[in-house]
Amino acid sequence: MSRRIIALTALALVLLVIGLDITASPPNPYTAPSVFALGSGATPSGGFCGALPD
Amino acid sequence: MSDTVQIGYVRGPWGRALSRGALLIAALIAVVMVAALAGPRFGLMLAVGLGLGMTLEGLRFGFAGPWRAMILSRDPAGILAQLLSIGLVAIVAIPLLQSHSGELVGAEAPVGFAMIGGAFVFGAAMQVVLGCGSGTLVNAGSGNPVGLLALPFFAIGSFFAAYSLVWWTDLGSLPIIVFRGGQGLAITLALLALVAAFLLWRAAPGTRRIPGRLIAAALLLAVFAIGNLLVAGQPWGVVYGLGLWVAKGAVAAGADLSGSAFWSAPGNEGRVAASVLTDYTSLTNFGLIFGAFFIANWRAGGLSAPLPSLPARAWVATVIAGLLLGYSSRLAFGCNVGAFFSGISTGSLHGWVWFAAAFAGSWVGVGLRPRLGLGPRR
Repeated sequence: MSRRIIALTALALVLLVIGLDITASPPNPYTAPSVFALGSGATPSGGFCGALPD
Repeated sequence: MSDTVQIGYVRGPWGRALSRGALLIAALIAVVMVAALAGPRFGLMLAVGLGLGMTLEGLRFGFAGPWRAMILSRDPAGILAQLLSIGLVAIVAIPLLQSHSGELVGAEAPVGFAMIGGAFVFGAAMQVVLGCGSGTLVNAGSGNPVGLLALPFFAIGSFFAAYSLVWWTDLGSLPIIVFRGGQGLAITLALLALVAAFLLWRAAPGTRRIPGRLIAAALLLAVFAIGNLLVAGQPWGVVYGLGLWVAKGAVAAGADLSGSAFWSAPGNEGRVAASVLTDYTSLTNFGLIFGAFFIANWRAGGLSAPLPSLPARAWVATVIAGLLLGYSSRLAFGCNVGAFFSGISTGSLHGWVWFAAAFAGSWVGVGLRPRLGLGPRR
């Protein structure tokens, strides 16, 4: 067995996570923010590793 | 003459060109699809993640390995490259955070008992599996079975630590301290230079230069990390996205997260309900895995190497180390990326404290690794 099978398994698992999530929580491109946060005038709202409960 | 017969096929130049062309098209399609499904900002974030993954795998730039090289061989080249990249990001990020404080936010977090303990444990665990936050994702994408096994446990650990994060932070924390503006940038650059000087002083003879490959990687990482900040409005991170995947899975399976102050907070509750394609750290995590796969597949023979033969205790150690990596990095407000790289480059004091505690933990982890059957002593 080579590393290829492991790499393909990793890819398949990620695609499975994305696929299941899209069916459960479909994204809506019409509510998307502007391309760049810089210059958008909007407060950043993404989750981050350093975040305490907001 | 070899006694064994290898069954397989060898790609010719045309076959390799076709395979590489298909990879490029697949990467482009992935970015366009995310942009079409979720919005252009999110497609761009996947592209940033792909760039980070390709840089880390393609130029062999890591975090755990260079720390190990410094501890075992007093070879500082890899850490110096990390400091260079962090410094380059800081030069752009700290002034921008000052001038656009309403649109951009740094990797700011408080220093506390749990944070320091978490960083120490993370440093030890990352040396056991030789994979940090970004490294575990890159390793999984490039076909390393230790990385693939550690990854889900990393995510589970991150979810559970976030679940009880408030209990841990209540053990005692300082207010958030950030080096801001021109003075903050000067302090950050001076501290980076001081650490670099110390490493050069301690370096073994003949190791006091950074190879061109690592300089190129440091520059590219800085470009993508700055891109992450400009597009997402926040720095590059890894751990939040991993915990979020488990939280989404738990909710889908019927779990009630209202008992967690963290997961029931409005912002996090909203992100658990929203598409994973709109979470910045998830997108760059996907990009790290895909980007590493892209390069490993691109490289001639990159994925044809046989898998390592490890004893059972090594696999058990990988599972435990994966859980510890996830749990400890959440308590430490980030891993080598979110706390060390992004924390220091955006002026947060916790990034520096994380560095010291995780490096001390790495000394322990380097000694543990061979005892757990995961590699030779040196």
